[in-house]
Amino acid sequence: MTATEAPIPDVSTSAAGNPLGFGRMLRKEDARFVRGQGHYVDDVNLHGMLHSAILRSSYAHARIVSIDTSAAEAHPKVKAVITGKTLETLNLAWMPTLSGDVVSVLATDKVRFQGQEVAYVVAEDEYAARDALELIEVEYEPLPAVVDARHALDPDAPIIRDDLEGRTDNKIYDWEAGDQAACDEVFANAEVVVAEDMIYPRVHPAPMETCGSVAHMDKVTGKLTIWTTTQAPHAHRTIYALVAGLPEQKIQVISPDIGGGFGNKVGIYPGYVLSIVGSIVTGAPVKWVEDRSENLMSTSFARDYHMHGEIAATREGKILALRVDVLADHGAFNGVAQPTKFPAGFFHIFTGSYDYPAAHCKVTAVYTNKALGGVAYACSFRITEAVYLVERMVTCLADELKMDPAELRMKNLLRPEQFPYTSPTGWEYDSGDYPRALKEAMRIAGYDELRREQAERRAAAAGPDADPAAPLMGIGLSFFTEGVGAGPRKHMDILGLGMADGCELRIHPTGKAQLRLSVQTQGQGHETTFAQIVSHVIGLPPEDIEVIHGDTDNTPFGLGTYGSRSTPVSGAAAAVAAQRIKDKARIIAAAALECSVDDLEWEHGRWFVKGDPSQGKTIAEIAMAAHSSLELPEGVEGHLDASVVYNPPNLTYPFGAYICVVDVDPQTGVVKVRRFIAVDDCGPRINPMIVEGQVHGGLADGVGMALMEVIAFDSDGNNLGGSFMDYLLPTSMECPSWELGETVTPSPHHPIGVKGVGESATVGSPPAVVNAVLDAIQVRQADMPFTPAMTWRALQGRNLRPDLAIE
Amino acid sequence: MHVNVTVNGAETGADIEARLLLVHYLRNELGLTGTHWGCDTSNCGACTVWLDGVPVKSCTTLAGMADGHEVRTVEGLEGTDLDPVQQGFVEEHGLQCGFCTPGMMMTARALLDRDPDPDEATIREAISGNLCRCTGYENIIRAVRWAATHEAAARAADQEGAGV
Ligand code: FES
Ligand code: FES
Repeated sequence: MTATEAPIPDVSTSAAGNPLGFGRMLRKEDARFVRGQGHYVDDVNLHGMLHSAILRSSYAHARIVSIDTSAAEAHPKVKAVITGKTLETLNLAWMPTLSGDVVSVLATDKVRFQGQEVAYVVAEDEYAARDALELIEVEYEPLPAVVDARHALDPDAPIIRDDLEGRTDNKIYDWEAGDQAACDEVFANAEVVVAEDMIYPRVHPAPMETCGSVAHMDKVTGKLTIWTTTQAPHAHRTIYALVAGLPEQKIQVISPDIGGGFGNKVGIYPGYVLSIVGSIVTGAPVKWVEDRSENLMSTSFARDYHMHGEIAATREGKILALRVDVLADHGAFNGVAQPTKFPAGFFHIFTGSYDYPAAHCKVTAVYTNKALGGVAYACSFRITEAVYLVERMVTCLADELKMDPAELRMKNLLRPEQFPYTSPTGWEYDSGDYPRALKEAMRIAGYDELRREQAERRAAAAGPDADPAAPLMGIGLSFFTEGVGAGPRKHMDILGLGMADGCELRIHPTGKAQLRLSVQTQGQGHETTFAQIVSHVIGLPPEDIEVIHGDTDNTPFGLGTYGSRSTPVSGAAAAVAAQRIKDKARIIAAAALECSVDDLEWEHGRWFVKGDPSQGKTIAEIAMAAHSSLELPEGVEGHLDASVVYNPPNLTYPFGAYICVVDVDPQTGVVKVRRFIAVDDCGPRINPMIVEGQVHGGLADGVGMALMEVIAFDSDGNNLGGSFMDYLLPTSMECPSWELGETVTPSPHHPIGVKGVGESATVGSPPAVVNAVLDAIQVRQADMPFTPAMTWRALQGRNLRPDLAIE
Repeated sequence: MHVNVTVNGAETGADIEARLLLVHYLRNELGLTGTHWGCDTSNCGACTVWLDGVPVKSCTTLAGMADGHEVRTVEGLEGTDLDPVQQGFVEEHGLQCGFCTPGMMMTARALLDRDPDPDEATIREAISGNLCRCTGYENIIRAVRWAATHEAAARAADQEGAGV
């Protein structure tokens, strides 16, 4: 671990050896996980609980002629069979998506993608439920499917959403950002213009735990409790209230331990709603857990952006403008999970980390006969696609100019004195020192030495004794700017819910604390880092601070963990709550010490009388005093609690410089990632161990997307990535040993300067790997994933489309 | 059919459907939910347990195949203290969401039992049948090395003690 600037040091350590604030601390949550005592949704086992399963469409597009459930109903262990017709009577056949569209819970008229929900069975056990699915007879009338997004708007394309009144085509929206006229003018006069088409193919977050729920509707009390795999328990509660018309005070959403989310567990899936219906219908608790194929085929996919990028520059390599046309494949329903005013997410941050005045993007989104989604897989609301575009285009420009891609980047990176910087599409980057991060990555990589080695290998390969099997070495760079921690609430909402987070901190009389969060961890270690945040502000040992989350009955409202929101938004809420406690503690200490608040000075964890440090009160002593009969000044309430709703003034802007080195076997197309260097700047690191873990995971995602992961379709709309035998995740064999570095540029507007890091590496790493592969094979543009077959075809100069199994 | 399976040293038995998978026997019949399930195709390794000392994927093992045999699960790792593999995962941050962790640790424990001092490449190969979506594997490898190093130190201390 190298550091160009030391992170905030430990103030001191607690009796248990933990830092009183920031620093490496082992995770509190691990004690249960390493014993197999994590409590995930599928581990919930209630008395009398029933099990369920969903019958899914085998066609991508077909009219439902009839559904015969009689044989399934006759199965001795079956308790209920539910179809779209049943749901229609409850007004539940359709539900709103997070993007103002509707999606069917169970199909009534047509199926619109392979894997869509058609019927639902509740039975005594899961084997019986699945047996009964086999007994349901569905007669379909197959329809032509729209599989290739590029043909979705053809005049003769079948209309997918004929359920929407007045629909005559498959267009969802046209949207643009930037000044087109100004941008076009720069292009018209530019010395150099490079244009490329590229696909960021459809991929899937595929957390190791699939999605599921256990619903229990208590008939007597009318209370619905639902244990569910959700990254946003409070938003789910409100949506259940709106969809099902249930009184919100009687809905408890519990998000217990979650086996990874990555965006897959933001939305509400039909299965969750069906488990509720199942419980209402049978009067028993009902569990629904999807299998892996269902997860890959029907839950939120990610990306699927078809991009045409153009970059303009001077011959000396000064970038002047960037423009892009995007065709966005949203699947059969517009179900992306992003702030309402941003139909293409934050894609228009695509100008990236460079200094140029002109930019324009146009996004056209279309329906196709595929599963819905688009915003998922740690994408920071489509910044992944944006970073991919700009980092590929800058690399293509370097190729055109015959300039080293590091030199070209260095020449164009924003300079530290330009911050806060307003981008051509209106983002206000809060802070950064970009050249420092790139230099640090190049230093760790030994960049010049790598280029020398590459030149030698290329010379040898061109020489008379060339070995045809000698690996081709490639070096790829990427520099990313992230924007994370949505709101502010005035600009950002999901389904009308402003993106602000609540938080409550209570200091008990004995000086032990409970912190209640609206966000929920899916592995990020909230139980540890949030205790450290509070410790950092008021000096209580982190082991004395219990973090409570994932249960809407016991935590304040907030929008949830996605878009790297937890630390920037809820982390700020926790810090502000702790600060309020500290301020109130001062008043109480003054009362107890019979002095004025102005006479008091703070040292970590204690207020004391200026000039007489022996006269003081620790937070624990003050907590007891706050609950005692001590007389408090007029207007000061007893107890030591604080409740905060934090509305972020802006996003935070983490950034980083990544370098990837690959070796490609020219005879088989196999890509081996030799090294990966990642320098991240996420502001001060609350727990460096956890930050590094987050980065490691994201880098593996980048290797996965660049080399292995894709959900492709055949011309009938059959999903070709519906299992882990077809949808390949990186294993320990594909991942190198990651080499990390850091710089620290605090966010000026966050109470403790931190920026969020959960998605940085997933956003930043794919272009570094792709740039390295293309550098190795000396091809300017081909599309990921670079499986051996794709790489080999690219080497032959015959690129394949990765998203379709047709040429 | 009826099966008798020794699980973590304890006798267990139940009347089951012949098609019942071992993972469901452990989770549903015995309530040992530390063994997870993450795919339908033997790819992810979240369900890894030992059958007669050898790691197997319990999602593709029938409970009937374990009849009369010994199974060890994550719940059987801890002795008086945490197993060094468990401690290593804590010390080196070898887990995030924890979903892959039980299977990963069962694989790692088996590796260390047959090779107490594996190098990085050996560890990578050994755990290549266990997917993790959170950690990028780096800290899992460090966790296994932590366990190897600490076990070696403990063995050395034991021998020294025995020699005195
Ligand atoms: S559950 Fe995936 S290998 Fe067994
Ligand atoms: S820790 Fe989450 S899958 Fe490995």
